[in-house]
Amino acid sequence: MDLTLVELSRAQFALTVMFHYLFPPLSIGLGLLMVVMEGLYLRTGNPQYEAMARFWTRIFAVNFAVGVASGITMEFQFGTNWATYSRFVGDVFGSALAAEGIFAFFLESGFLAVLVFGWNRVGPRMHFLSTVMVFLGSCFSAVWIVIANSWQHTPAGFRLVEHEGALRAEITDFWAMVFNPSAMHRLGHVLLGSFILGAFFVMSISAWYLLRHRHEDFARKSFVIALWVGALASWGELVSGHSQARAVAHNQPAKLAAFEGHFVTADHGTEMWLMGWPNVEEQRVEYGIAIPKMLSLLVYDDFDRPVQALDQTPPQDRPPVVVPFVSYHVMVGLGMLFIGMTSLALVLWWRGRLFSQRWLLWAFVVAVIGPYVANQTGWVAAEVGRQPWVVYGLLRTSDAVSALVPREQVLVSIIAFGLVYLALLAVWLYVVNEKIRHGPPEPRPRDGSASESLVVAAAAVGMGRGGHSYTETSADVAARSSVALSRSAREDEREEESR
Amino acid sequence: MDLHVLWFCLLGVLLMGYAILDGFDLGVGILHPLVRGDTERRLVLNSIGPLWDGNEVWLVTFGGALFAAFPDAYATVLSGFYLPVILVLLSLIGRAISIEFRSKSTSRFWRAYWDFSFFLSSLVATLVFGVALGNVVGGIELSAEGYYVGGLSGLLQPFALAVGLLAVAGAAMHGALYLQLKVEGALRLEVRRWAWVAFFVFVGLNLVVAGMALRGVPHLLLNFERWPFAWAMPVLVGLALANIPRGLVRDRPLQAFASSCASIAGLTFLAAAALYPNLVVSSSSAPSLDIWRSASSEATLRLMAIIAMIGMPLVATYTATVYWVFRGKVELDEHSY
Ligand code: HDD
Ligand code: HEM
Ligand code: HEM
Repeated sequence: MDLTLVELSRAQFALTVMFHYLFPPLSIGLGLLMVVMEGLYLRTGNPQYEAMARFWTRIFAVNFAVGVASGITMEFQFGTNWATYSRFVGDVFGSALAAEGIFAFFLESGFLAVLVFGWNRVGPRMHFLSTVMVFLGSCFSAVWIVIANSWQHTPAGFRLVEHEGALRAEITDFWAMVFNPSAMHRLGHVLLGSFILGAFFVMSISAWYLLRHRHEDFARKSFVIALWVGALASWGELVSGHSQARAVAHNQPAKLAAFEGHFVTADHGTEMWLMGWPNVEEQRVEYGIAIPKMLSLLVYDDFDRPVQALDQTPPQDRPPVVVPFVSYHVMVGLGMLFIGMTSLALVLWWRGRLFSQRWLLWAFVVAVIGPYVANQTGWVAAEVGRQPWVVYGLLRTSDAVSALVPREQVLVSIIAFGLVYLALLAVWLYVVNEKIRHGPPEPRPRDGSASESLVVAAAAVGMGRGGHSYTETSADVAARSSVALSRSAREDEREEESR
Repeated sequence: MDLHVLWFCLLGVLLMGYAILDGFDLGVGILHPLVRGDTERRLVLNSIGPLWDGNEVWLVTFGGALFAAFPDAYATVLSGFYLPVILVLLSLIGRAISIEFRSKSTSRFWRAYWDFSFFLSSLVATLVFGVALGNVVGGIELSAEGYYVGGLSGLLQPFALAVGLLAVAGAAMHGALYLQLKVEGALRLEVRRWAWVAFFVFVGLNLVVAGMALRGVPHLLLNFERWPFAWAMPVLVGLALANIPRGLVRDRPLQAFASSCASIAGLTFLAAAALYPNLVVSSSSAPSLDIWRSASSEATLRLMAIIAMIGMPLVATYTATVYWVFRGKVELDEHSY
């Protein structure tokens, strides 16, 4: 293995950030759906909605825990592996990261405790407020981290100053930094991408229950809510992606050229490749299907205005082409697929025929992989397309690394992270799978009845004042403490288990 | 007030908050293997269940604030202490996951595994935090540009290792005193025994570290020469420490825990006072990284001060609310499993 320090550090960053980014989009997307479900419960009083909110909260909690654990690595990795970068951008990037901690993470983690443990401890309105706050907190953290990341793509509101013998960026205009040219486009895109993932996740599990004829009322209601969210977000993502691509053409033309496999600037309108494989040696796209002049139309609203190609960028500043091209096309292709699936499902639902289409339900069971892939490939396209710069036009990735850290140590840490993350992923899958198999809790009527006593018993037995691990709910506790439960409660429980 | 000084103080506050809050849940992790019986272990684990995540955010925010206010110190410490930092990160991951997943299956092997991982990760994280603090305060080999050049072995200084042990003992004591508030009956009596043992070890190590500091690390005393009234602080720490056995003997758990919080706050303050105005002390001829040399621009410090002024009251409110909602004893019935 002869990888250089820079390559190893890049590999480690890619590994840890891509692993981290498996979890936040689900936390954000599921958070939105939980807000909708609990809001519907407050409005309609239908206990099924409350049961839905409780079930998705359990999965949310597991996901959130892994998101937090993997996020802490990211927070400190700028310093461990990218020390020169940290010195260069600390003035700008650091403030966004600190704002994220103060405004977002404290909000999330504080209300999370109430969201997960508070079902019997606070009133429904207070609980709903906590759900909303956790959701807002996760959106705020996306806001700040995306602002920070976007600043690396399109730096603004700063000046270069000599400090301790090296140049660094210092903020001159905070709001120009926050609203840097790509920040708001990308923020919208990232949030919508998260909503899509949340929606497909819920649809996947609900469709599976429907196919198995388990928890059908629960599954139908969940599916329809998620379907609306998924359809709106998928269409929204197309609009957002389109405006984003135009912004990229304007701000980072070399990156767009890499996305599109556009090597040589022509004197007529530029074609758009629907698919293909870029051959960098020969400067062309192979095995492709292209729509003539389409790219010019999309970027400039003009069939004949040529789009700038890679040949306009000096060779040492050109990004790699194959990875951005492929990942970008996978993302866009998946985006189209989501629009197709959700629109079709909406039409069928409108006609009352959705839930009899078993093939479509099966398709939705599997389709949850799609948004995961699209979210990952989106980042890969954006980040690799920014190369060779870590801060576009200002600092090269190869200059940004912690030069004094021995290579071997980075190798050790990559291996350690790799192993721990693999184990973590396995445990996450195992636990989420258990939750899905166990199924949702029984709806509990609002006022006293048999199943109410179950809850009261559970509260007495387990909820106590100190609470539980995040993913435990009163029903979990009750299930284990049946000895202590009244007879009627025991029957209730058996009924729940048999479903 | 000079913005650089203000940010030094704010970072001190964040570190203090972290040491007091995550201190007790790290301590609970260190003590966890002493707990016998599965129900008891669940009780102990659940006593920090809703709180540990919020406690860790203090560290995350400390990291973000250090990055923003003093990027050079952030870069030097994190890249200089590369492997130890990675070890801490892995430990924090391991902890989060152990707490979360332990009770998800009833298999004995599963539980024993996560119990062990909970203990080990809590221990390692605490120890490394202590050693790192000891190094930063005691001095490490910096180059003229302010980069750490001492290598991995340069971090294993006796003083730093002693501070590491001190952190472990302090967390164990703090955790035991916290558990006193949360559990009842026989378990509480047992926890009290641990609190006594940890207390004596902690006091002993305090004396050792103080002795080493006085004799071997003279630069730590400069500020005390400059501001003699700072000597009041060690006296206050001593009083807070002395109040712990009082609380234990009179069976006033809240009093004992509050005293422990006060002594940890005091020790953090002492460390900061000894460090000021440096962030990383240089043991070579190169200058230390101080709060002017390693800072961001004035404009950024001012901007961040505004952010902190808006944010800190909010943070205090959420923290207080959560601790209020989850106050009192953890209750698990003996039938729970
Ligand atoms: C679009 C959203 C997004 C993106 C791009 C990132 N994160 Fe993240 N992060 C979140 C959205 C998020 C989130 C939704 O707020 C968390 C909380 C729970 C979860 O699953 O993810 C999270 C957790 C989380 C935590 C733990 C917070 C806590 O203790 O509560 C830290 C320290 C970070 N992140 C830091 C980072 C860094 C340094 C990133 C960049 C390299 C990063 N995140 C990318
Ligand atoms: C919002 C937070 C960020 C996200 C979600 C993100 C996402 C990604 C992704 C998905 C990759 C993988 C690309 C690949 O396959 O190589 C990547 C690579 C990388 N990112 Fe980022 N990134 C973020 C912030 C940053 C920051 C702040 C830095 C600054 C150091 C950075 C530096 C890098 C580097 C050096 C690579 C390796 C590039 C390569 O392999 O070509 N990223 N990032
Ligand atoms: C429907 C068509 C889509 C188009 C035209 C599109 C367009 C784009 C473009 C141009 C970028 C690069 C932005 C930059 O580098 O500044 C991007 C990034 C990204 N895309 Fe998409 N996208 C689409 C669908 C999707 C879908 C469906 C998802 C996820 C479910 C997704 C997730 C992402 C993510 C996570 C990024 C990286 C963050 C960012 O740079 O904004 N995209 N997309």
